[in-house]
Amino acid sequence: MGTDTLEADPQTDGLTGEIIYDETVPARHFWVHEVKQGETLRIVDLRGNQAVDLLIYSAADDTERYSAQDTVAAQGNLFLKKGSVLRSNEGRAMMTITGTSVAYHDTIGGACSVESNSLRYGHFTKSQHACVENYLKASLPNGRTKRDIVSNINFFMNVPVMEDGSLGIVDGISAAGLTVDVRAQMDVVVMVSNCPQINNPCNGFNPTPVRMIIAK
Amino acid sequence: MTEPQLADPIAAKEHARAMGSTVVENMPVLPPRADDLPDGVSQDDLIWEETIAPGGYAIRRLNRGARLRLIDLKGDACAGLQIFNAEMPTERLNVADTVKVQWNGYLGQAEGQGKLLLSDMGRVLMSFIADDAGTHDCFCGTSNEEGSSAKYGKGEKAGRYFLNGRDRFLLGVGKHGLSAKDVHPCINLFKGAIVEEDGAITPQIGPFDPGRQVILRAEMDLMLVIANCPHVLDPRDEWTVTPLRATAWRGSCTAHDDPVRNETPEGQRAFLNVEDYYRR
Repeated sequence: MGTDTLEADPQTDGLTGEIIYDETVPARHFWVHEVKQGETLRIVDLRGNQAVDLLIYSAADDTERYSAQDTVAAQGNLFLKKGSVLRSNEGRAMMTITGTSVAYHDTIGGACSVESNSLRYGHFTKSQHACVENYLKASLPNGRTKRDIVSNINFFMNVPVMEDGSLGIVDGISAAGLTVDVRAQMDVVVMVSNCPQINNPCNGFNPTPVRMIIAK
Repeated sequence: MTEPQLADPIAAKEHARAMGSTVVENMPVLPPRADDLPDGVSQDDLIWEETIAPGGYAIRRLNRGARLRLIDLKGDACAGLQIFNAEMPTERLNVADTVKVQWNGYLGQAEGQGKLLLSDMGRVLMSFIADDAGTHDCFCGTSNEEGSSAKYGKGEKAGRYFLNGRDRFLLGVGKHGLSAKDVHPCINLFKGAIVEEDGAITPQIGPFDPGRQVILRAEMDLMLVIANCPHVLDPRDEWTVTPLRATAWRGSCTAHDDPVRNETPEGQRAFLNVEDYYRR
């Protein structure tokens, strides 16, 4: 089949360079993939308001990893937007948000866990799936452990902060087909938990798949 | 140049020993002594008294129930904290859970602000039982070599070292037998960060009145690292930080009717998890 017969795919609009990876991560699943310096990872919120929890490690040395606090301090702002530089615990640029059709993304809300669910909702949630469970399953075969899990990015998640400091995960500002593009500034390993949370609005109370596209 | 009287080991030993009683502004007091303990606290229960230098750090083990009082002696201290469960240090402070579970990004005594420092295992590591500072920071983290040298100059300048928080944390966790992967997002006490509606952060750097203090209660057996370095968003060109005093004393574990334990349903469940952990 020639390329001229392919249907146009609006979800790849604006991606320059050859697409070298294109997969769907099912609802509630994890995903680990290397992204080389200069490559762009596009995440597509296929059905809308699906939180994508994401951590970044330097491929050369995973003691260097994404730091929400270094990222926030360097840009003087809590929200991740187009142009935000995602920094490591050494203050170095790991990836940059080169484009997004969502106004802003979260990096203060962290990942859900069985343990934090017990506080936020009650002990009845004990047998529910959670992002930290995904992170551990993704980490252990790669030689990483709980010590490698730190404050993460929550793409497509909305955590406003009010004047008195009140904050919380509220209704999303994302929608079906919206995207975020992150370009690697160094060779990195990206670890994602496609959030399985069903007790707050971060996934519209219904976890859904997301699409991961890497372009050279 | 070697002084001639230190040419032999005996002279060197005497020279070294003559320093032993030196007292400086920033140092630990052994055994601990403090003449300003709160009413009802016995000198016999004092377990730690130390003034942490500008750019300095301290490590400490505190048992469940111990109280830790930190005093910003001159109004420009910034206490960066790393907190671990002493018997299982993979359990550590989780700043994201601390703000998310308490539904508030600020730590303090005001209505709705967080009084608990939560671990990544759904438990309370420490709680605020007194705080007359009210300017603390969960968002900005600490300084590192990259940013600090860009701001203040590399390494040593005019005989001064511009020490950064990450470096202090690495040394501190190292002396607990831990390593780089154990350094986690921190909180800063005494320097604050106000968040505007658009997410912009306004640091609250002071300098503040001298003598502001915080008292934290250890809710589990803990290992701490405390670094006293300039806040990462300190706008001043000069590397500026003043001594931080740490005092700790023994205390009883949190009672079931404790008001901090019972202030919120989320906090109450975090204490239930602590109590469950120690039920053995």
